[in-house]
Parts: sequence; C-alpha cells; structure tokens
Amino acid sequence: MTDNILFDLKGVHKSFTRGKETIKIFDGLDMQIKKGDFLAIMGPSGSGKTTLLNMLGGVDQPTSGEVLFDGSRVDTLSEGQLSKWRANNIGFIFQFYNLMPMLSAARNVELPLLLTNLSKKDRKNSVETALKLVELADRASHLPKEMSGGQQQRVAIARAIVSDPKLLLCDEPTGDLDRHTADEILEMLQLLNEKFGKTIVMVTHDPSAAKYAKRTLHLDKGEFVEKDLAA
Amino acid sequence: MSDIYLIFKNLTRKPLRLFLTCFAIMVAFLIFGVVTTLKDALNSGIELSADNRLVVVNSINFTQPLPYAYVNKVKAIEGVKDVVHMNWFGGYYQEPANQLVTMAVDPENYLKVYEEVVLSDAERDSWFRNQRGMLIGRAIADAYGWKVGDIIPMSSNIFSNREGGHTWEMEVSGIFDGRDEQFGTNFAVFHYKYFMETQTFGGDWVGWLTLTTDDPALNEQVAKTIDEEFANSEAQTDTSTEKAFNKAFIEQIGNIGLMIFGIVFTAFFTILLVVGNTMILAVRERTGEIATLKTLGFTAKRIFTMILAESMLLAFIGGLAGLGLAYMIVEGAKAFLAQFLPGLVLSDTVALQAVGFMALLGLVTGLVPAINAYKLNIVTAFSRR
Ligand SMILES: Nc1ncnc2c1ncn2[C@@H]1O[C@H](COP(=O)(O)OP(=O)(O)OP(=O)(O)O)[C@@H](O)[C@H]1O
Ligand SMILES: [Mg+2]
Repeated sequence: MTDNILFDLKGVHKSFTRGKETIKIFDGLDMQIKKGDFLAIMGPSGSGKTTLLNMLGGVDQPTSGEVLFDGSRVDTLSEGQLSKWRANNIGFIFQFYNLMPMLSAARNVELPLLLTNLSKKDRKNSVETALKLVELADRASHLPKEMSGGQQQRVAIARAIVSDPKLLLCDEPTGDLDRHTADEILEMLQLLNEKFGKTIVMVTHDPSAAKYAKRTLHLDKGEFVEKDLAA
Repeated sequence: MSDIYLIFKNLTRKPLRLFLTCFAIMVAFLIFGVVTTLKDALNSGIELSADNRLVVVNSINFTQPLPYAYVNKVKAIEGVKDVVHMNWFGGYYQEPANQLVTMAVDPENYLKVYEEVVLSDAERDSWFRNQRGMLIGRAIADAYGWKVGDIIPMSSNIFSNREGGHTWEMEVSGIFDGRDEQFGTNFAVFHYKYFMETQTFGGDWVGWLTLTTDDPALNEQVAKTIDEEFANSEAQTDTSTEKAFNKAFIEQIGNIGLMIFGIVFTAFFTILLVVGNTMILAVRERTGEIATLKTLGFTAKRIFTMILAESMLLAFIGGLAGLGLAYMIVEGAKAFLAQFLPGLVLSDTVALQAVGFMALLGLVTGLVPAINAYKLNIVTAFSRR
C-alpha cells in the first residue's frame, strides 16, 4: 500500500439486528480513499451512506472486515481509543449542524480543543482563525438561535476544522439549506479541500452538490454501482 | 472554556426550571435544618444530663411528694455521692402567662449535684447567706432585664404563703450560665428553707431527689437499692437516670423523634423524586447534544462525570441555600425562644449531616441520567431523530 491512501476498507460486512431480523447493509465492501480527495457519496435512502460514514468516523464498527486509517486498524480500537482518535483526526459536519444551543459560536468552535493540550491563548487563536475562515469573526459571541441555518453550518465547519484534522466527514451538510446558501457552504468545503488539503467525504442526495466533489460514488444496496464519474 | 463552564451552562440553560428545582431542594434542607435543630434543642436536656445523675420520684408519679426523711436515708446508701432535694414552685412573674421554671432547693447540695451551673464565687456565697436569695439563669436575666440585687416578686400558681398571697419576694443573688452553650439557663432556684417556712401547705416533704453516684457504673445498683429500701414504706420510689427521666418527660409531648423522622423523610423523598425526574428529563432532552459531544471525541467517562457534577452542583446550590436560611431562622428565633427552648443552635453536626445529604441527593439524582448518557450509543441516538 502506498502512503497515499488515507482510508482502506477491506471486505467490510455490516448488518443490524432488529429483534429476530438481521438486515445486511454491506456484504464485503472494499474501498480506498486517497489523501486530499473530495469524495461525494450518493444513493437512495437506506442504501447505507450514513452507516458507511459512521464506520469511517469510528462511531460504528463493521461486523467483520478491516478499516485502516493511514495504515493502522481503527475497527479494533476501544471506545476510549476511538474517542481520542476521532478528536485527533476527524472533523464532523452534520445535516442539522448539531451546535450546543447554550454556547456562543466561539465556544462551540472551541469544544474540540477541550480535548487537546492547547493553552488558553492557543485555543483562542485557533478559534479566531477558524471563525475568520468561515467569515463569521463578527458573530463569535452569538448564540446558534441568533444565526441563520447557513451561518450555523459555517460555525459547525469551523468547529470541524479548528483542531486541524486530516479528514472531514459530512452527512448531507446542505440538506437543510436553500440552494444559494448550500452553494456557499459547498464552496467553503471545496476551499478547505483545495487550499488546505483536507480530505473530505460527503454524503448527499443532491447531484448539484456532488458536482463540487472531485469524484462521486453511487451506493445502492450496499454496493458501489458506478464508479468514478469524474475520472 | 473548561468542562466546568459546560456544566454551568447546562445547569443554567433553563433558568425557571433551575430556580424551581433549587427552590424545592432549598425547602427540603430548610426543613431539615430547622426541624433537626428543634429536636436537638428538645433533646439537649437529655444529652447534657450528667451520666452519673439519678432522679428519685414518688412511684405514683413525679408530681407526688416524698418525705423529707428520705434525703438522709438516700445519702447513706453506698455509691451515692451527693443528694439534693427539689420542689416544684410553679412560678410566674406578675402574669400567669409569664411562666418561670422555679424550684426550691437546698443550695449547697444543688450546686454540688449540678456542676454545669456556673457562677462567680462571690455570687454563690451571697446566695448561700441570703435566705431570700435566688439564682436566675442568664436567659431569664436577659429576658426580663433583671440584675443582681433586684428584688423580684415571684408568684406561684400552686402555693400560697402565710401572708395570704401567692407572691414571695426574692432577691437576685446571682446569675448563672451553663457550662455548655446548649445548657438551658431558663430557670431559677431559691432556698427550700424559705419556701417551707412561708408556704401554707405544711409538712416535711420534698418534690423529688436528684443525686450523683460515685461512678455511672454504679447507677443501676444504686437505683435498685434505693427503690428496695422504700419498697415497704408509705411512699415508694421510682429511681431512674436523669437521662431516662428527661426523655420520659419529653416523650409526653409525643414521640418527637419519630415525628421528625417522618417530616424529614417525607420532604426528602418528595424532593428526591422531583429532582431525580427533572434531571432525567433534562438529560434526555440533550440526547442529540450528548451524541454530538461523543462524536467530537468526548469520552463516555467524561460525559458521565459532567452530568454527575451538574446534579451535585444543583443539590449543593439548593441545599446550601436551605441550610443558610435555616441558620438565619434559628439565629433569629434564638433570642425569642431562649426562655422556652434553650439550646437552640444549628450545630456543626447538623450542618455536616446536611452536607452529607446534599452529596447523597446529588449522587442519587445524577446517577441514572449519567449512566444513560454513558451508555448512549451515537448511532442509535442520531437515527432516533
Ligand atoms: N441502528 C440501526 N439499527 C437497525 N437498523 C439500522 C440502524 N441504522 C441504520 N439501520 C438500517 O440500515 C439501513 C441503512 O441505513 P443508513 O442510515 O446508512 O442509510 P442512508 O443511506 O444514510 O439513508 P438516508 O439517505 O435516508 O440517510 C437502513 O435500512 C436502516 O434502516
Ligand atoms: Mg443517512
């Protein structure tokens, strides 16, 4: 394997048991994600997009198979190790922003830094930089409820990048936004990918959102049906 | 920003709810502080009674007199150190409503038996010399503004004197304090001789005897010997420790211990349910946020601790406010009640107990939501919405 591969999924099986029923989502999925990639994942509802993202982010484990990140297994880590690994390597962006309602924008952005050893001053600087990058420096003290959806999502992006992770995982980041705002967010992600070298995996239902990505994979019934449209 | 800031923000996110919950906790600890202090004050007579003090009363009941001759007979019994005889005077000042616990005693033996009554040597000697002298407690002196040397008309609601009235002139010879703060100084004592020579009831009798033994270990033996000695006499006796005697006396009011336990237990149990339920709901509302924190990399352990800390903080804010209020009420009532209910102090023990209960309340109410948060699975938490 070259050093160029960020994620390597080998023979990943995933099934859920609901009562007596077992639902198979993935039945031997192989996948590689290169460093610096901006990958869009599309597919019908229930095809397993979120489940895949959860496994990449280490919040869910495959039933069997291997998930390698930068050459080392993550599917075998304990809950504590995974928490630390996530804090160090991954930024999450959710459809509904998931900001803490009682915290200001700046405090929301600061949250992931509580998991680092940074000094108060360094944390402050990082928060300022991240907020500047999403063009919300003047909203630092605002509460989420005082901001529009697009602004909230930008705060969420700032939160995702503040600890400088290698990878951003986005589950329908524009699913709750209008066209224009969505484009702003997507441009921001593109910028993070192109200028700051962040690897991005984005799940979306929206074909025009997928256009911002470098390549798009279509997931159906747990398999990629068409590969690499961009290539 | 730190975890403490997060805990604080979580706690204060719904100010009205915070206020109501704190208020409920406050009331519980207010009740606890005041009621337990009241109980302690009522019991202080029991707690402070010397271990080696026995009370000899007429076995019919303690209001029946005993023959004067018993004093020397009891004094002669082995193991008995000092004996004082006492008579209930039924005293009041000017109006029957101004009741004053007053007893006619044999002065020298009284001070031997009641070592916790302290006063200056000069006042003591002057009392011994003055047949009309009486000793009053500090609480009475403060309440009525009486000073040494004042002549006080003391009335009795039981006895009349040879001059045809119910009032005796007495001179304040001394003002005594208690050796401990909780010792009640709301009573007065005066000369038995003066009482006997002036009252019209006649006879050579005393109300009851209080004695000290050489050693508390002898109490049982001495009590038995006394009661056996008078088993075949005109007046049979019932001898018990002063502790038991006072306890029996207080229990005439009702089983205070049980009543208090009932009140406090009910208050606490109700608050426990209310606060516990509130905490569970408050944390359940935050399911999505907790899942987000976990996704960001906050460990389950850390979130568990934060929630437990939050419920602890809640319990302590409300609890300390309640305890503080209880303290202020007790301090405020102290001066008022000094005469009727001496020894009214919110003790360190009560305060410590309250703090213990706060910790327990915080723990019990926080544990369930903390465990729920600990176990919360990110995937199911997000797919639930
Ligand atoms: N925790 C779970 N327990 C049981 N079944 C689950 C669980 N999570 C997902 N599933 C099932 O797995 C399948 C894939 O779900 P997933 O959320 O990955 O789909 P998706 O592609 O993200 O769909 P959508 O576009 O609607 O978000 C669905 O059939 C879903 O019902
Ligand atoms: Mg999904």
